[in-house]
Amino acid sequence: MRFGYVLHLFSTAGSDALHPAGVCRRGPARARPGPRRYGDSAGGCHGGEGERRGDIGCIVRSLGCFPSEAELRELLAKLVEEVEDEEATRFIHMEKFLPVMTKVLLDRSYWPIREDVLLHAFEALDENKCGYITKEDLVKYLTEEGEPFTEEEMEEMLSIALDPETDTLHYRDYLSKLVVDETKIFPFHV
Amino acid sequence: MGSGSSVNVDYKYSLQKSENAFKAAVLIQQWYRRYVARLEMRRRCTWRIFQSIEYACEQDQIKLHNFFSYLMEQFTPSSSKERDFISRMFISGESYKEAELEKYCDYESIEVPDSYTGPHLSFPLLPDHATALLEAFKQKQQLHARYVLNLLHETRKHLKQLPNISHVSTCYSEEVTVCGDLHGQLDDLFLIFYKNGLPSPSKSYVFNGDFVDRGKQSLEVLIILFTFLLIYPKEVHLNRGNHEDHMVNLRYGFTKEVMQKYKVHGKKILRMFQNVFCWLPLATLIDQKVLILHGGISDTTDLDMLEKIQRDKFISVLRMKKRKESNRKVEMRDINGESKSEADAAGNEAAPRLSLQPQPAQAPSTANRLEFSRWIRQTVQEQIDTCRRLVDISESEPEELTYSSTVSLKYGDEPCQPHQEEWQQILDILWSDPMPQEGCRANKVRGGGCYFGPDVTEKILEKYNLQFLIRSHECKQEGYEFCHRRKVLTIFSASNYYEIGSNRGAYVKLGPDLVPHFVQYQANKSAHMLTMTQRISRVEESAFRALREKLFAHTSALISAFKAYDEDNTGRITLSNWATAVESVLRLGLPWRMLRPQLVRSTEDGMLEYKSWLDDLAMEQRSQEHIQSSLLEVIYRNRSNLETIFRIIDKDHSGLISFEEFQQTWKLFSSHMNIELTDDGINDLVRSIDFNKDGNIDFNEFLEAFRLVRQCQA
Repeated sequence: MRFGYVLHLFSTAGSDALHPAGVCRRGPARARPGPRRYGDSAGGCHGGEGERRGDIGCIVRSLGCFPSEAELRELLAKLVEEVEDEEATRFIHMEKFLPVMTKVLLDRSYWPIREDVLLHAFEALDENKCGYITKEDLVKYLTEEGEPFTEEEMEEMLSIALDPETDTLHYRDYLSKLVVDETKIFPFHV
Repeated sequence: MGSGSSVNVDYKYSLQKSENAFKAAVLIQQWYRRYVARLEMRRRCTWRIFQSIEYACEQDQIKLHNFFSYLMEQFTPSSSKERDFISRMFISGESYKEAELEKYCDYESIEVPDSYTGPHLSFPLLPDHATALLEAFKQKQQLHARYVLNLLHETRKHLKQLPNISHVSTCYSEEVTVCGDLHGQLDDLFLIFYKNGLPSPSKSYVFNGDFVDRGKQSLEVLIILFTFLLIYPKEVHLNRGNHEDHMVNLRYGFTKEVMQKYKVHGKKILRMFQNVFCWLPLATLIDQKVLILHGGISDTTDLDMLEKIQRDKFISVLRMKKRKESNRKVEMRDINGESKSEADAAGNEAAPRLSLQPQPAQAPSTANRLEFSRWIRQTVQEQIDTCRRLVDISESEPEELTYSSTVSLKYGDEPCQPHQEEWQQILDILWSDPMPQEGCRANKVRGGGCYFGPDVTEKILEKYNLQFLIRSHECKQEGYEFCHRRKVLTIFSASNYYEIGSNRGAYVKLGPDLVPHFVQYQANKSAHMLTMTQRISRVEESAFRALREKLFAHTSALISAFKAYDEDNTGRITLSNWATAVESVLRLGLPWRMLRPQLVRSTEDGMLEYKSWLDDLAMEQRSQEHIQSSLLEVIYRNRSNLETIFRIIDKDHSGLISFEEFQQTWKLFSSHMNIELTDDGINDLVRSIDFNKDGNIDFNEFLEAFRLVRQCQA
């Protein structure tokens, strides 16, 4: 089943779906006729120029892995060996990505974080063990500790997670809500 | 010592605590980032869906026009009625001589009643008129037909004097603001003016085409743009887009909008627009360094030729009258070749199952890692090849063919084709899209123009000593996007284009240093309130609804494709085969496996009962229960094409065509689509809908009856 994901991933990649995600097929040197079916051009999805890190992270995470930022950087280092010209480093070639990613999946690296482990994490931040974390504490921890959130990430998380009336995060509720959301859409159980 | 050890303990304790906090934070961040990545994946899938459907529709459009052109050459009408019928389709394209136009679209005789409470325009226009118009449109008022026509006449007079390529200098006004596609979204235009200020002697604007179609207020957008154009001719510049074309308008809503808003004078207004569009300049050049055009370029783009073309000769870029005799063979091969290879590609896939599909049972055990990896490699490679094959329509083309040589192949043997070449130049700049790979290929997805690579861009920039290109034509999530090493900028100004929350709009400002500054926006307050999750869910729902409708519309083809994988007739197929079959029929190039959970609700052991799945789809879609389902399917699938054909036939834009014309339309249409439909079938159809208008059919009603009934999904 796990390999189904790889297949799924690469069948979409095969139709160039993940090209904007920073993975591309190095085909024959000649231009091959064929329709293009994706909207995001080489520049990537954020209006600026390619964010190679973000895109690889996207793929890896969608495959059911939970890499940390540090682990992602490691992975990227394995993939981006030669530094050719600026443009080339924006793309990771399929031939390189495939074996590395397959190994990641086979090795079960970046194993998913189980719900209960995540719950413990929230509990560790909840000093008074009252079942919720205040906005200030949450922001402090997540933007100063660990692998800090950017302002955007923090804001976005707060918008979903916070109870607007009390400005606190009731983490048990938050967890259960999000877990449901997740499994609804993707069939990829690891 | 005691205190020492307690200090140590405290220290240790706090160290441990902060370690824990660190670890906890990392976990939460890790987990959250994954959640966001999943959302991003969903968003991209959704985007792909919308885009594929949009481009497939455009492709349809071009095919339809190719068909008509072909018809024009090949069809021998069997009766004078038929001849009239066909020839009527092609007369509209002729450019009216100025005197005729003035006579036909005369406005002076139109009286403005005292009861009219909208704005009054007098010429020459003044800034006050513009403000009055803006205010009026905000109040949802409508400009009187007389003023519309008057405005159009004046606009036409003005545009005629302009060269094909407008020149703008940043030394007169400090900054130039460039806006992309608006597509009739008046709210976005209001927002741009609000944020950036109205056009004025110190505020220059360039609007890069596609002002109309799809949005519901194309008229208002145009009226405002033309008004400002006339008031500030030096500061406001408009480029033609691929939607400033009456043939495209027939399909995408502008024609309908005009007829609905101006029931009496709509025809005249449309005629005028048709003419005004062809007078719009083709490109704009800022400081001789930045080239702004709507679509893109090709490897044959020649600015010198573009400057000299008589642009008003190209009323519609879609239809090109081909010369008769010598082209015939080439065209026939083309058209037949095209449909043949399509059938082959589809036929092949529908044929006995591909042996490539890996059955789960065949996978070697995971114990033998080496073998397993090899198996993975192989199957993945096969999958990739399969997908490539499924998606490449024209495998017969030799690979060395570049775009320009393709063009010359088609129109090859002619000694000198100035008209053809010019048409090609315009088509390219209005319809092309950039691609990351080098080279220049035909734009098969849209059906016109090409895909141009960074090398093509580089060449053009070098040849004309330019710094970069600005184009529009493609919707971008952030409203703008760079590509080709920041040498090509796409700017798109219609926010929430696919659905509320789908994308932002943007405009770009250039000062004398020609460094772009972007301003983004989203013209819908409620979108701001939604979280990213909600926004994505909402757009996603919309996309999947559209996709389910498409699936329904191809029911019969899907059943054949599924049956090919179900040799033992069990009624079930694997999900893998499902994905392959669906792609072979719909040809949208979508990642079906990733979309599957939203499309297929229940599976047993990874197998799908396809008949019941299709029945479920049909349940959602059916609005006319008493009509034979295959007919329904045909209509759904071809609604856009049907509508276009109807509108072409309906010369006077009345919304009515006679029953006979309806039948003839249908026959014509069936031959184009290779559909078998008996006369009885058509008659049943007609009888089922109440047509009681003196033997005339209101085709708007007809089409509405088949519009998808959108059920509210919780």
